[in-house]
Amino acid sequence: MSNCSCIPFKGTKEQQKKLEAAIEKYKDQSGALMPVMQAAQDIYGYLPIEVQKMIASGLNVPLEQVYGISTFYAQFSLSPKGKYAISVCLGTACYVKGSGKIFERLKTVLGIDDGGCTPDGKFSLESCRCIGACGLAPVLTVNEEVYGRLTEDDVDKIIEKYKALD
Amino acid sequence: MKNVAELIKIKEETLKNMKSYKYNIRVCGGTGCTSSGSMKIIDELEAQLEKAGIRDEVNIVQTGCFGLCALGPIMIVYPDGYFYSRLEPEHIEEIVKEHLVGGKPVLKYLYAETVNDGEISAYTDTVFYRHQHRSALRNCGVISPASIEQYIAMDGYMALAKVLDEMTPNEVISTLEKSGLRGRGGGGFPTARKWVFTKNAKGDKKYVCCNADEGDPGAFMDRSVLEGDPHSVIEAMLIAGYTVGADEGYIYVRAEYPIAVEHLTTAIKQAREYGLLGKNILNSGFDFDLDLRLGAGAFVCGEETALMRSIEGKRGEPIPRPPFPAIKGLMGKPTLENNVETFANIPQIILNGADWFSSMGTEDSKGTKVFALGGKINHTGLIEVPMGTTLRQVIEEIGGGIPNGKKFKAAQTGGPSGGCIPASLIDTKIDYKSLTDIGSMMGSGGLIVMDEDTCMVDMAKFFLEFTIAESCGKCTPCRIGTKRLYEILEKITSGRGEIEDLDRLEELASHIKEISLCGLGQTAPNPVLSTLRYFRDEYEAHILEKRCPAGVCKALLSYEIDADKCRGCTLCARKCPVGAISGEVKKPHTIDKSKCIKCGACMEGCKFGAISKK
Repeated sequence: MSNCSCIPFKGTKEQQKKLEAAIEKYKDQSGALMPVMQAAQDIYGYLPIEVQKMIASGLNVPLEQVYGISTFYAQFSLSPKGKYAISVCLGTACYVKGSGKIFERLKTVLGIDDGGCTPDGKFSLESCRCIGACGLAPVLTVNEEVYGRLTEDDVDKIIEKYKALD
Repeated sequence: MKNVAELIKIKEETLKNMKSYKYNIRVCGGTGCTSSGSMKIIDELEAQLEKAGIRDEVNIVQTGCFGLCALGPIMIVYPDGYFYSRLEPEHIEEIVKEHLVGGKPVLKYLYAETVNDGEISAYTDTVFYRHQHRSALRNCGVISPASIEQYIAMDGYMALAKVLDEMTPNEVISTLEKSGLRGRGGGGFPTARKWVFTKNAKGDKKYVCCNADEGDPGAFMDRSVLEGDPHSVIEAMLIAGYTVGADEGYIYVRAEYPIAVEHLTTAIKQAREYGLLGKNILNSGFDFDLDLRLGAGAFVCGEETALMRSIEGKRGEPIPRPPFPAIKGLMGKPTLENNVETFANIPQIILNGADWFSSMGTEDSKGTKVFALGGKINHTGLIEVPMGTTLRQVIEEIGGGIPNGKKFKAAQTGGPSGGCIPASLIDTKIDYKSLTDIGSMMGSGGLIVMDEDTCMVDMAKFFLEFTIAESCGKCTPCRIGTKRLYEILEKITSGRGEIEDLDRLEELASHIKEISLCGLGQTAPNPVLSTLRYFRDEYEAHILEKRCPAGVCKALLSYEIDADKCRGCTLCARKCPVGAISGEVKKPHTIDKSKCIKCGACMEGCKFGAISKK
């Protein structure tokens, strides 16, 4: 997957407790696997094999099924994201307004590819399909923050801003 | 909540409470305006009102989408309906002082089109709003989605009460049939027929599903309804449950829509507290409850059978139909599945009658349709127009035309399943049949406008890239066929195309359409076919002249510096990310084509127009 996958799993006891609580909450419902995996993605930020195993044994389903779902849906990530996860919208409205160029610029500036993470773990980059802010196209998000009406020059400023942060 | 009288009481109390304020201010809290900072506007407004000592005279309502996302953040001040646009927190102090305390609206911050020679006109008279007719969006931008009382004040849950009190399931279905409502998710299947099939299906347990997996890039109609008016969907699902005999429902919504998820969660909780979800609703003996399921980023889950697999917690792969979900759907039980916008129309149809709805629209397409306007258009945003409105009205009037004096080239509807409509067909009426006849489709409502700088071959390639990524991989024509189509397009845009490739594209596209398992594969070739039909000359230019007329396809471009115009300012050399430009100060520069990555940064930066691309 990405160049971050070598990072060893560092789950904490608190995270595990939260996951167990989520399993407990959903386990008797039909279709429990997806909500539990979504909770796990929120808790850990990604779904390493260790977490998938916990889910499989907690819900008593085969690990293959958990893996099958985690690789089917784009929301589930098998590798961790950077501290600042950058997501560039390549939906139609943004693409027509030049988000492809913004994405290329980010790849050059950060030196990573789609789905990649910088070696220091600070930035990760991915493309996404429409966050629904088409009125502000082209847009990108850094974690939850939305940046709209972008030009290529804005890219450098945004990166500088986050580089300056811890 | 036991009966209609209690609903009416809440309605009256809420309206009375709203009237008790000197000003009611509506601030858009939809995704578009939130992204451009509307929450900061609300915070600042509260602080400034507090400071001016008039906090209790003013009611701030955080609403759903007003539609004009391009001008966000937007705030409308009632009772006069003054429309402030593109607000910054720094503007608020002045607005509070001059307008809310002093009674004089601050003209310079009002939407320019509503101000003429110092006179303010109603925003509903602007070109963006005056052609619209809001049915599915009736409460978006009007009420607070977090308040069930405000929904009730707009006659919310009255349709449910009417159905439970006065109507048999057959009467509900016949009303829907007479209204002519068709599915708004893209397919256009008559809604009443779906309801009849599910009602007549035999089963001890039935479900109602709402498809809110709006995966079509550039479309945000359903998101806006859920963000701005979640109760209308819940009410319609209750009516559906009563009609088809279901007691349980699911709303399957994209996880990428956090505000919609939050508002739906609140709305479901409120409806339960009021006894509008649960057992013995409005004392009628009817039981119904519903739950949310979040999508996880798979476009194919918008296909109804895939969506149901996903709700069951499996990989969202479609299965062959028949059996249709109306017979064997979720958990193998009869299931009614409708799209958000379809549901949002239903309470209005019940309250105002089938004739009211069918009086809007055309022969085969009744009512209104919501569109998300995006791309190269001035008024990007959300609109709702009667069916039969022409594309020209939507683009040139409501949409405010194309920015920067560029020429309109094509409009794309139906997303990755749809097609491009060329400028020559701009007078086409927007209805199901007219759009299908010209090789596009209504789709769910994404409408992307393209100007002369858009390459249509590149666009077709863009959509196929999407389809390849989103194909679930279950059936061969979709999984492999779309990849092959993409490779041919890649060959053409990189300058290696042969004229025979056009026949190959057409032949392969027709096979994929015929033999794919689900709607995703069956419609995936449409962007290729429709661009080939209307923009064949662009394909030919790529192949025969090795030229991209729109100047998009990199492999076919080259950048050059005009030595006569170049002043040797060195800006381009500094802008170039790969050091391909060299030259002495104050002397004409040159581009080393072997190093150039054709990013265009030099051309954008040049102040003398000395750099051109061919």
